[in-house]
Amino acid sequence: MSSLPVSIEINGTTYTRRVEPRLLLSDFIRHEVRLTGTHVGCEHGVCGACTVQLDGDPVRSCLLFAVQAVGHAIRTVEALSEPGAALHPLQQAFHEEHALQCGFCTPGLLMTLEPFVRDTPPQQLDERTIREALAGNLCRCTGYQNIVRAVRVAVERMHSAAVASR
Amino acid sequence: MKPPPFAYHRARSVDEALALLAEHGDEAKVLAGGQSLVPLLNFRLARPTRLIDINDVEELDRLELNGSLRIGARTRQAAIECSRVVAERVPLLHEAIRFVGHPQIRNRGTIGGSVAHADSSAELPAALVALDARYHVRSAAGQRVLDSRQMFVTHLTTSLQPDELLVEIEMPVPAAGSGSAFVEFARRHGDFALAGAAALVVHDADGRCERTSIALLAAGPVPVRAAAAEEALAGRRIDVDTAREAAAVAVRDARPAGDIHGSAPYRRRVLEVLVRRALLLASQRARGNNE
Repeated sequence: MSSLPVSIEINGTTYTRRVEPRLLLSDFIRHEVRLTGTHVGCEHGVCGACTVQLDGDPVRSCLLFAVQAVGHAIRTVEALSEPGAALHPLQQAFHEEHALQCGFCTPGLLMTLEPFVRDTPPQQLDERTIREALAGNLCRCTGYQNIVRAVRVAVERMHSAAVASR
Repeated sequence: MKPPPFAYHRARSVDEALALLAEHGDEAKVLAGGQSLVPLLNFRLARPTRLIDINDVEELDRLELNGSLRIGARTRQAAIECSRVVAERVPLLHEAIRFVGHPQIRNRGTIGGSVAHADSSAELPAALVALDARYHVRSAAGQRVLDSRQMFVTHLTTSLQPDELLVEIEMPVPAAGSGSAFVEFARRHGDFALAGAAALVVHDADGRCERTSIALLAAGPVPVRAAAAEEALAGRRIDVDTAREAAAVAVRDARPAGDIHGSAPYRRRVLEVLVRRALLLASQRARGNNE
C-alpha cells in the first residue's frame, strides 16, 4: 500500500513524514520522530505503557494509526518538563515516593495521571478513585502502593500551589 | 503485533461514509474508536484491505433526550459516562459504561463500536438489551431499524450488511420510579467480565413487579435476555426468595463457554449469583426512587 504524507503535531512541534496508513501512532512517535519516552508494551491496548494525550485526553497510542492523529494535538511524556529544569510535580512525587523501579510503565502512568491530578480536588481523592484512575496501566514492579501515594502527594502539592498563587 | 496493510479513507459525513461503504463494503471495515478493531488488526485476526474512518463524522457524535434517549453511534464512551442526562435518566447505561475497559479506552471507544463488535461478554450490548434499545442503520440504498434480537446474530457477528453503517442507538427512558442495576465479576477491574447481569425493575403502586428486564453478559454467543425469569417475577415482590428463584430460571437460558479463566459450570454459578444481586439492588433502588 502506498504511503501518505502526514503532518502531526507532537508537543507543539509539527512533524511531516510519509507513512503507510497502517503505521501505529506509537511507532510514529518512537521511530519517525525519535521521541522514545513513550514506551511500547503489549501493542493491543492492555498494558497502558504507550499512553499519550490526544487533545488533552489520555489514549493508547498503539490503538491509533498515525494518519488518524492529523489535525489533533499529541502530547507525550517529553512535554511534562524540560531537560535540566524542575520536574513536573507528578514526576517529582513519583521520584520521592519510589513510585517506579524499572520505569518501563512510568511514561504511560504519568500521561494517564497528569490530567487526573490536575483536575481532582484533594477532598475527592480517596484510594478507590486513585486506583480506578490508574487501573489501565500495568506496573509489574511496585505493587502500586507507592504510585497511589505519589498521586496523593502530587495532588496535595499541586492544589496548595494553586491556592497559594491565587 | 503490527497490522497488515490497508487503504485508508477518512469520511467527513455519513453520506461520504455510506458512499465509500457502497463502493468498498465487502473488503472494508468501519474504524470508529478502534479499541476492539485495532487489537484485532495488530493480532492479524482481521485483515480488511480498507478502513473507513468515521472519527471525523461529527453528526454521529450526539446525545439527545426527546421522549427517548438517542445516542449517535460515534459518541465516545467517556462522553456518555460524563453525561448528567444519562446518569439521571438512564442510570443503567451510566453504571454499565464505567465497567468498559479503562479511562483511556473510554476516551476513544464508542457506543456504536461496542454494538458493532458484538462481544457477548461486553457491557454495553447487554445493557442495551436490558434497555430495549433500537439500532438505526443506514446504507446508500436506505435505512432500517433493528432491535437487539435482530442485531446480535452470534459471537462477534451482527446483522449489519457490508454496505450498512450503524448511525444511532435509541432507547426508551425508563419510567420514573424504576430501579436498575448493573453488576459483573472480573478478576481485575477493566478486564472482560467472567459473568455479569443487568436488571431494570418497574414497580406498581404496591411494590410488585409491573415490568422487569434482565440481561446476562458472558452467557452465550449473544447477550441473553432472560425472558422466562422476567415472566416469573410478574406481579410479585422482589425479595431474597423471589430473586433467588428468578436467578435460577434466568441461568437456564445461559450457555456460558468455559475457558482458562473459568469453567462453564463455574460461570453459570456466578451468573446466577449476579442475577440475584442485580434484581435485589434494582428493586431496592426502585423503592428508594419511590419514596
